[in-house]
Amino acid sequence: MDFLFITQQTLSATIGVNTIIFALAAIGLNMHFGYTGLLNFGQAGFLAIGAYSVAVPVVSFGIPLWIAFLIGIFNSIIFALLLGIPTLRLRADYLAIVTIAAAEIVRQIARSATFNEWLGGSDGITGKFGKEFFDLNPFKSGLDTPILRFNANDLWVVIVGWSLVAVITFVMWIMVNSPWGRLMRAIREDEDAVRSLGKNVYLYKMQSLIIGGVIGSIGGFVYALSRQSVQPDNYGTALTFFAYTVLILGGAARVFSPVVGAMIFWFLIVFIEQILRQGVSNNLIPDWLIGVNQVGQIRFMLMGLGLMALMIFRPQGIFGDKKELALDAKA
Amino acid sequence: MQKPKSADVDFASTTSPTPGSAKSDPILVADKIVRQFGGLTAVNVDHLEIQRGSITALIGPNGAGKTTFFNLLTGYDSPNSGTWSFNGRELNGIPPHKVARLGMVRTFQLTKALYRLTVIENMALGARNQKGESVLRSVFPWIWRAQEAEIRARAIEILRKFKLLEKQDDFAAALSGGQRKLLEMARALMVEPEMIMLDEPMAGVNPALKQSLLEHIKELRTEGKTVLFVEHDMDMVHEISDWVIVMAQGAVIAEGTPASVMGNEEVIAAYLGAHHNDDLSASQEGA
Repeated sequence: MDFLFITQQTLSATIGVNTIIFALAAIGLNMHFGYTGLLNFGQAGFLAIGAYSVAVPVVSFGIPLWIAFLIGIFNSIIFALLLGIPTLRLRADYLAIVTIAAAEIVRQIARSATFNEWLGGSDGITGKFGKEFFDLNPFKSGLDTPILRFNANDLWVVIVGWSLVAVITFVMWIMVNSPWGRLMRAIREDEDAVRSLGKNVYLYKMQSLIIGGVIGSIGGFVYALSRQSVQPDNYGTALTFFAYTVLILGGAARVFSPVVGAMIFWFLIVFIEQILRQGVSNNLIPDWLIGVNQVGQIRFMLMGLGLMALMIFRPQGIFGDKKELALDAKA
Repeated sequence: MQKPKSADVDFASTTSPTPGSAKSDPILVADKIVRQFGGLTAVNVDHLEIQRGSITALIGPNGAGKTTFFNLLTGYDSPNSGTWSFNGRELNGIPPHKVARLGMVRTFQLTKALYRLTVIENMALGARNQKGESVLRSVFPWIWRAQEAEIRARAIEILRKFKLLEKQDDFAAALSGGQRKLLEMARALMVEPEMIMLDEPMAGVNPALKQSLLEHIKELRTEGKTVLFVEHDMDMVHEISDWVIVMAQGAVIAEGTPASVMGNEEVIAAYLGAHHNDDLSASQEGA
């Protein structure tokens, strides 16, 4: 087995582009679910809106990329308002149902034949819409060391992406430790109690939905730019639930959980995959047990097993406090 | 009728002990409030006034509509018809948070301590007009830090009075049921209300705590605040209230001083159920 190669692949994935995308998606969810108690099952919709908002204006309308970013932020705010206005006055489970449906509506619209001309149908959009971004790349060649390896474009995405994650995490940290953050956590515990103290709960829940959604759509920007393409089926419900996995892995309502959770998530997926691949190709794992083509599925099975074990033995996640988790909100 | 500065024996002795009687200086006035759930009329209050600066108890058997009436007054539920006003301001259609801002703050029968917030955080949340609660200003701690320190200082003062100071850094969930009741009342005081509405403040509170809770409620009257509370504990009603309002089957059936109300035959009938159909329909028609 080539352990150096396994290490290189695994470490590169641990701090790679996918980790950044999932960290951003989960930071947004942490705002929604961790701090405000909003059960948003449509985070993929916010990522999709972010991704399409950078691709469509540039490719289909020739608008500069920088303006496309602003359009993306604007669109995700509109999406949050559309979701929130009818549902935030209702009980939490309604939001869950509506958000999961809304995210699917976004995906179905994106892949519909009607808008094929602009949104590219089920094939999505592929093109050099990130040119203006990659033109700024100061790295002429990629990074190629025994333990880390990125091509030039990925290296640029990774550096900009992690800077974004750092800034957003820092701002989140200040916000959740402010009286505003306290109010959000109070809403998570009991809305009616917060109302009785003269606070406009609806307004604050809307703020949470918008902030978490905008952060998710920034994850969508990274998703689209890093691949130079947008495909509707990448933004299905699985993306939302992986983001939840990342959040719960780290521990909800902790500022660093989404970041560390995303790193662990991608570390495990790539590590398991590489071990299996090497094992199969070096005949350490017999063919009748696992074939080369099965590795992709089996890594998710093993991942699922590992997550089950985590939930049983450390339900509060990496950063969570087991005592706090035991204090059920409605005890 | 004379105008007493604060509620005291004068108010109780000069007010007519009949359902819906006029008070000399009412802070809260309700008129023809009806709330129906399908075919059931949960609340049907013809007229009710609450004297400013008094401690008024709202009693009645289970299912009399006391909590529903509380919910209606505080905006947590809307009546099918009726009007009510606080300090002369109509409250129809005003959402709960605005009712609280106008100075009428309530607590809940099932205590709503915010469990995964610490005791001091629960308290600080109650303060009004917090700069740091604005989403934009929250990012700049130097804008709100001084105000936050003042709020915490005030919270600590109140916690000391309520003997919760040593618990200030514990999660609210770690408190006993009685302590949570105390915390909820202390938190309501952080809003600096003119009128405080307590829904069963004594339920689940042990006798030792009960006595100190009674003292706190009396102190509120001394400070000029109005207290309206729902309670089943008759000893407490007797001990601290200036005035008692009795509800049964959604309607106010009696009003008066604690002593007069407890001797009232209709009240006894409502509680014990003796000829209650006859008596209630008679009283409702008479009211």
